[in-house]
Amino acid sequence: MYVAVKGGARAIENAHAWLAEERRGDPGVAELSVAQIRGQLTLAVDRVMAEGSLYDPDLAALAIKQARGDLIEAIFLIRAYRTTLPRFGAAYPVDTGAMACDRRISATFKDLPGGQVLGPTFDYTHRLLDFKLAAEGETPPAARAEPDPAAMPRVTEFLNQEGLIQGEAHIDTSPPDLTREPLEFPACRALRQQALTRGDEGFVLGMAYSTQRGYGRNHPFVGELRVGTCSVEMEIPELGFAIEIGEVELTECETVNQFAGSKTEAAQFTRGYGLVFGHGERKAISMALVDRALRWRELGEDDSGAPAQDEEFVLQHADNIQATGFLEHIKLPHYVDFQSEVELVRKLRAAVREAPDD
Amino acid sequence: MTDDLREYNFAYLDEETKRMIRRALLKALAIPGYQVPFASREMPMPYGWGTGGVQVTAACLVPEDRLKVIDQGADDTTNAVSIRSFFARTAGVATTERAAEATLIQTRHRIPETPLREGQILVYQVPIPEPLRFLEPRETETRRMHALEDYGLMHVKLYEDIARHGAISTAYAYPVKVAGRYVMDPSPIPKFDNPKLESAAIQLFGAGREQRIYAVPPYTQVVSLDFEDHPFEASKPDHPCALCGATDSYLDEVITDDAGARMFVCSDTDYCATRQAGGAA
Amino acid sequence: MTPLLQVEGVTRRYGARIGCEDVGFALWPGEVMGIVGESGSGKSTLLGCLSGHLAPDAGRVLYDAGSGGGAQDVTAMPEAARRRLLRTDWAFVHQNPRDGLRMNVSAGGNVGERLMAVGARNYGAIRARAEDWLGRVEIDTARIDDRPSAFSGGMQQRLQIARNLVSGPRLVFMDEPTGGLDVSVQARLLDLLRGLVRDMGLSAVIVTHDLAVVRLLADRLMVMKGGQVVETGLTDQVLDDPQHAYSQLLVSSVLQV
Repeated sequence: MYVAVKGGARAIENAHAWLAEERRGDPGVAELSVAQIRGQLTLAVDRVMAEGSLYDPDLAALAIKQARGDLIEAIFLIRAYRTTLPRFGAAYPVDTGAMACDRRISATFKDLPGGQVLGPTFDYTHRLLDFKLAAEGETPPAARAEPDPAAMPRVTEFLNQEGLIQGEAHIDTSPPDLTREPLEFPACRALRQQALTRGDEGFVLGMAYSTQRGYGRNHPFVGELRVGTCSVEMEIPELGFAIEIGEVELTECETVNQFAGSKTEAAQFTRGYGLVFGHGERKAISMALVDRALRWRELGEDDSGAPAQDEEFVLQHADNIQATGFLEHIKLPHYVDFQSEVELVRKLRAAVREAPDD
Repeated sequence: MTDDLREYNFAYLDEETKRMIRRALLKALAIPGYQVPFASREMPMPYGWGTGGVQVTAACLVPEDRLKVIDQGADDTTNAVSIRSFFARTAGVATTERAAEATLIQTRHRIPETPLREGQILVYQVPIPEPLRFLEPRETETRRMHALEDYGLMHVKLYEDIARHGAISTAYAYPVKVAGRYVMDPSPIPKFDNPKLESAAIQLFGAGREQRIYAVPPYTQVVSLDFEDHPFEASKPDHPCALCGATDSYLDEVITDDAGARMFVCSDTDYCATRQAGGAA
Repeated sequence: MTPLLQVEGVTRRYGARIGCEDVGFALWPGEVMGIVGESGSGKSTLLGCLSGHLAPDAGRVLYDAGSGGGAQDVTAMPEAARRRLLRTDWAFVHQNPRDGLRMNVSAGGNVGERLMAVGARNYGAIRARAEDWLGRVEIDTARIDDRPSAFSGGMQQRLQIARNLVSGPRLVFMDEPTGGLDVSVQARLLDLLRGLVRDMGLSAVIVTHDLAVVRLLADRLMVMKGGQVVETGLTDQVLDDPQHAYSQLLVSSVLQV
């Protein structure tokens, strides 16, 4: 006598227990602490915050631990947690011009006020495995300098003074919120940038790379890339004025792109803009390139049919939580749909067999 | 994710979010078959695993409800178990496996065999809400097609099926026209279930990842698209259920040994168990 | 009798550049109007404005559907009404058949689409109409289930014509219908078009740079240059005795047919 499969609940419980054991790994090796992840896997923490759209390094580190180092899974944990948080209000836009920079470089000017500040970068390291790290030796302290009190004006502002680059339109209305309203097309630039900044790093990188290889080419230069901390200010209704509620680390990239103009309009450079939580240079630059590519319509450029110019394509597929969920859902049982297809194929095959030979 | 869930609001979502979803639901009921955009939230289960249905259920549940969750018609499939326990914990509502006793049924891929009655709510999990999506990938264009009732392309697809295969080769997620106006994807239910879309119950469809909610109000006309000379047919495997003997239920094919022997059993486990307990066959 | 199409002061600019300016004419039922000019003369812009594909900056395009409701301004119509017009009373034949066909849909599906769009729901009847139309445009009916990608350029163009005419439109817009085809294929297509236009009593607006096309098909002719109409008249009159210097240049620059 056939008995249908039962015990789904038990199977799930057991799977969870096994998963917890696997996460812990060999109990003979010391357990990884959340503080260690937060302090030593900072770029992973930053990515989880950026794509999780929640600035909280402790929670991001916890999520990485819980997710066994699977960053997309960690981002998912953060997103699901974020959903449940009440919203008290909105901060003022952060002033990235007043950023306390750890790093600030420009590819368009050799030197500039505030200087080129290399900061902690992999850029000029030789990618040789450092076997000393396996020995877990202490790292000697790096040389220190006093913070430079001089302002670090944005590079694009120099170009702006000459009118060489298009100004950014000032918009008085509040930008729409991707996480509170459904994404509808066509999307304004603010919405596109929200989708890009929380979009999957690999996807946005691939899109940006495709523009460099000619699929929607727009000739970018990194006008400026800066990494550092900005204060976050918020107006408290009960107080009637704004107070600083904390600091966030941000990476900002402004690209200087292909100029636009005609016989009647003077030529001007255009911009792409990228901004992400934490230290995420690859992501910020990628975002700036894709942001610029998506602006083709407003800048009167041709639609070359490149994927990176296609707003619906980019925005609908950038989110790795949506993508991974839908991709992995094909693991779920589909035997009802499959059964109906099996029936159909059998019927069509029977029809062919029964058809008289011509 | 065990007892921490008690920290959350009734049925997990906060009241503001539920209100937003209820507004979308009311609009969906007012315009049968129309896809209402809604600000889908990130849920603690993955997109594609029923987040749309879960949000709709969360917005509809009241403490007195009795919840049934099925996946592929069965109450004991893993994802059904997972979603049922999620609401048992976050909402503390009673659960049941009996379709007749449930006030709210969340489903994936099936409509229960037992006819639903007034006062019941059936919530569908929807992966791709747009019936025109595989004909036209662009959302801006498909929305325009719906707005202008420009559905010629849908029939072109059915025409192509017949031209190539001699029959309409859509076996599940078979498109329907609701109340004579909107073409709608009934979610990936087998076309056998399509006639049950005309129901006394409220039917709500939630697509989380695609941020859409739509609905079929009770006693609303739902017509499966077809041609006069190739009429829609709600087909199923031509066998009785090997367990309860039912000839009117949708069947799963089960492979029972290495030699490929197979048998057919009801996909609706509640229906089958009830019939077996009642001694039918 | 009232004109089928009454065009008044149609103007379309691209920034400072003029696409077409202050164009007006009347098209009578059963009449074929040819619009000639070199590339950049504004003829395609004008066709886009007339057929509802482009919104003119100024002017009106009045269409009399003959239903007793009088003429309606197409440029001011709601999109739903305009689309309905485009798939029933009107037809548009593109220069490149790829723009006017669904390349991944069979020939029969391509021809049947307009019928299904207006409610045809009998597969056998739709198929019979499609077969009839494939025959009329000289495509072997055995190829009804083949996709246009397997067709030659001339066949694709004939399929596009069948797809457009199946719904029995009253007004057909054609944009260089013979462009991109071999000369021998062009001749056959022109012959076919002339027969169809005559048999169905179609009205048409044909844009072309090929004077042979208008000589064969058009009753009247408009010559455009720099976005403006420089000369208009009966086809033979304009071709045999052009008045405007530009028309003279245009006529003398091609072999007489």
